[in-house]
Amino acid sequence: MSLMSLTAVALGKKIKAGEVSVTEAVQAALDAAAAKEEKVNGFVTVDGERALERAEKVQEGIRKGVYDSPLAGVPVAVKDNMCTRGLLTTCSSKILGNFVPTYTAEAVANLERAGAVVMGKTNMDEFAMGSTTETSAYGATRNPWNGEHVPGGSSGGSCAAVAAEECSYALGSDTGGSIRQPSSFCGVTGLKPTYGTVSRYGLIAYGSSLDQIGPVAKDVTDCATILEAIASHDAKDSTSVERKDYDFAAALSEDVRGMKIGIPRDYLGEGLDGEVRDSIMAAAKVLEEKGALVEEFDLSLVEYAIPAYYVIACAEASSNLARFDGVKYGYRTTDYEGLHNMYKKSRSEGFGPEAKRRIMLGSFVLSSGYYDAYYLKALRTKALIKQAFDKAFSQYDLILGPAAPTTAPRLGESLSDPIKMYLGDIYTVSVNLAGLPGISLPCGLDSKGLPIGLQLIGDCFQEKKIIRAAYAFEQTREYQHSPLA
Amino acid sequence: MRQYETVIGLEVHVELATKTKIFCGCSTEFGGEPNSHTCPVCTGMPGSLPVLNKQVVEYAIAVGLATNCTITQNCKFDRKNYFYPDNPQNYQISQLYLPICRDGGIEIALENGEKKTIGIHEIHMEEDAGKLIHDEWGENSMVDFNRSGVPLIEIVSEPDMRSGEEVVAYLDKLRMIIQYLGASDCKLQEGSMRADVNLSVREVGAEEFGTRTEMKNLNSFKAIQRAIEAERERQIDLIESGEKVVQETRRWDDNKEYSYAMRSKEDAQDYRYFPEPDLVPVVISDQWLQEIRDRQPELRAEKLERYKSEFKIPDYDAGIITAHKKLADIFEETTAICHLPKKVSNWLMGETMRLLKEHEMEAEELSFSPENLAKLILLVEDRAINNSVAKEVFEKIFGENADPERYVEEHGLKTVADDGALRATIEKIVSENPQSVEDYRNGKKKAIGFLVGQTMKATQGKADPGMVNQILAELLQ
Repeated sequence: MSLMSLTAVALGKKIKAGEVSVTEAVQAALDAAAAKEEKVNGFVTVDGERALERAEKVQEGIRKGVYDSPLAGVPVAVKDNMCTRGLLTTCSSKILGNFVPTYTAEAVANLERAGAVVMGKTNMDEFAMGSTTETSAYGATRNPWNGEHVPGGSSGGSCAAVAAEECSYALGSDTGGSIRQPSSFCGVTGLKPTYGTVSRYGLIAYGSSLDQIGPVAKDVTDCATILEAIASHDAKDSTSVERKDYDFAAALSEDVRGMKIGIPRDYLGEGLDGEVRDSIMAAAKVLEEKGALVEEFDLSLVEYAIPAYYVIACAEASSNLARFDGVKYGYRTTDYEGLHNMYKKSRSEGFGPEAKRRIMLGSFVLSSGYYDAYYLKALRTKALIKQAFDKAFSQYDLILGPAAPTTAPRLGESLSDPIKMYLGDIYTVSVNLAGLPGISLPCGLDSKGLPIGLQLIGDCFQEKKIIRAAYAFEQTREYQHSPLA
Repeated sequence: MRQYETVIGLEVHVELATKTKIFCGCSTEFGGEPNSHTCPVCTGMPGSLPVLNKQVVEYAIAVGLATNCTITQNCKFDRKNYFYPDNPQNYQISQLYLPICRDGGIEIALENGEKKTIGIHEIHMEEDAGKLIHDEWGENSMVDFNRSGVPLIEIVSEPDMRSGEEVVAYLDKLRMIIQYLGASDCKLQEGSMRADVNLSVREVGAEEFGTRTEMKNLNSFKAIQRAIEAERERQIDLIESGEKVVQETRRWDDNKEYSYAMRSKEDAQDYRYFPEPDLVPVVISDQWLQEIRDRQPELRAEKLERYKSEFKIPDYDAGIITAHKKLADIFEETTAICHLPKKVSNWLMGETMRLLKEHEMEAEELSFSPENLAKLILLVEDRAINNSVAKEVFEKIFGENADPERYVEEHGLKTVADDGALRATIEKIVSENPQSVEDYRNGKKKAIGFLVGQTMKATQGKADPGMVNQILAELLQ
């Protein structure tokens, strides 16, 4: 049995106890990646030499008592949109194909301060734009449950690497569901924290007002522990929030008695796969049996979330991605005449089709004469969606629903119909628009043997309620390892 | 012949005097090695984020308060999107929708003594771009990001000015206010103050504004006046010959005294402004605003009154000295040492102004220390040197900040005030010039001047003139 089949916390315990060395743990991850990457393609970069060097230092630190985190010495895979000093960071784009950052993202730096060992960078949809990890310039990632299917996206590499047990846990980022949806498709647990909880410094921005880094792991305990390590108030990120409750692992309790959980009827209607629906309702029943009060309610405005999300995210992206121009770093076309031609060719050759589509869409909605009709309207819709959630949370502690309308689609199925792909984000995007925390955790398999994810959404700063309910539900079932594990 | 009126509005960019940049901790110091004052934020590295420098907000508020603006207590930053290599993110963080100051105005005094208020539409905060350096021999251009992220405020006036004179008076007043606040040194030549002129003409009495142009690259008050005159004439010529003024941005070439079109409104860029998502709104509490208000330094009007009452210097003197913060600073510091305000004022209004004019310098460029001026004044006061020597020494103070005590010592300029030695010299001169003595005694009082002159010559100018006159009067009686 590989050390990678353990949860991060379990492996951390063994390292702390001296049963396993950091080098052994890291080597196990590197071996697993070497054996499985051909089938998964979850990584853009695996840097074994760097990781083993770091493993020795961490081991030394543990010996000296520098690290007391439960994650000390545990190998982690980081989504390739987080800057890592001296380690290639591509955003799965050709345009950053040669980009080696001079600094490390704050969330990753926080993990390293806890003694984590970064083993590599995971594949993703290019610039986190996509729901399948097929828009990567470095090839699609495959679902460890069935290689014919996508892992979801955009953090598909992180989720697949965790499910395939090529690492102990991973970091992902979630702009419209990019942690929760692939976690659901890959049968792992992924948590998107409240906006502002984890610093965005060093996260290469897609939609700045929506992006949030979060953990991807085998269980809720790992997620709570990782969140505790990565969350911080960071003066380098103006949108970072100072919180009082960073002790997320303290919420790992089975007690959900009296907890009020609402299921939006709007989430159960047309478009939702029957098997997914049954699985979600069964999960709700489990929580009810454990003492929670579960009922259906009308959330409203759900159908407006997707257009509002795509307008806002693309508008921000069109500006955020403007800096990739071939002048300072990244890809520059080889043959050009003059500055404008250099810009045009570098960007035309450097960006893939989905990134271009979103840059164009975003530029359009911000254009003079269209701003009010699209961008401003989307901002108003965002505010109304937040109000709808505020109303819901005045009645309920948590909202329960599916993370995605279906299980993982087959490779190639989504890209041919981008609108359909966008509609697949229906249960996740409004959480980002409202800045809320949400988790996806496995709640069953469909008849094809593909995982189904249960989503729990909390009010802002109520991660602990999410963790409590998710943990309670998780205790009723065994973790199911993917066939590639 | 039709009569035309010129309508002018200004956009003035002012570089703020903060030690660090607007969105990162890099130094704003001028003239470092290229790209030595840079970090991931001001070079637009992926994943970097801006953090607002609070001092920038405080300076902007201070300028807003001093120009009678309303402060937007919940203001925001926006992104202005455009591609250019000196702009590392390919967007500039600026303010469009909710600028920090709005609806202000300042009063200017015209040469004919009339006063006029020039409205200020808004003041907004933004970041400066880097600098492109073009390789003259090769095909390359290089970018220096040292200036990238240096804080600016843009002060947008209403189209209230009608002549070059009004424009200069407005800029002068604005510069004085900002210098008094310490918010910027406002040097046009070095680019820490830059003005773009929006100008249109219309027939006198017309209600509607004419089509305006925007003039850039104006590096001095003189260039601004020349450009205004030239643009006014260009537009009138166009209208008189039946053509239309095109709305466009023009660039002034002060050497050729000519402007050329840079871009017209048709190819104006769409900047796709939208709220900057990486920054939270700037909330300015009543308390913060009050703190800044309480901290506002004394501005010119208050200073002028204080000088008159505290230092008992005349209205005229106070007016000239307070017209430049630098002069006022030198005045106060020198007076604090020598306690002779009127003497200090005389030196500043007389010799200092004369030498400034002679060297075509601005008062801001004065570099001598108040200590040295105070020492000079005290030397004169103690009759250690006479006035003509003092003027000579002052030129050395003005030019190279010389220490007057040492200079006088080293050059043997001390007044010959020893009664015995001077008396002997004068006795000798009297005996050598019987004709002059005769003339004087016969009522030609002017003849004494010749004898004084001879005495000064004999003492190489070091004699105390008062004493020379006194001794001569005694000897000639």
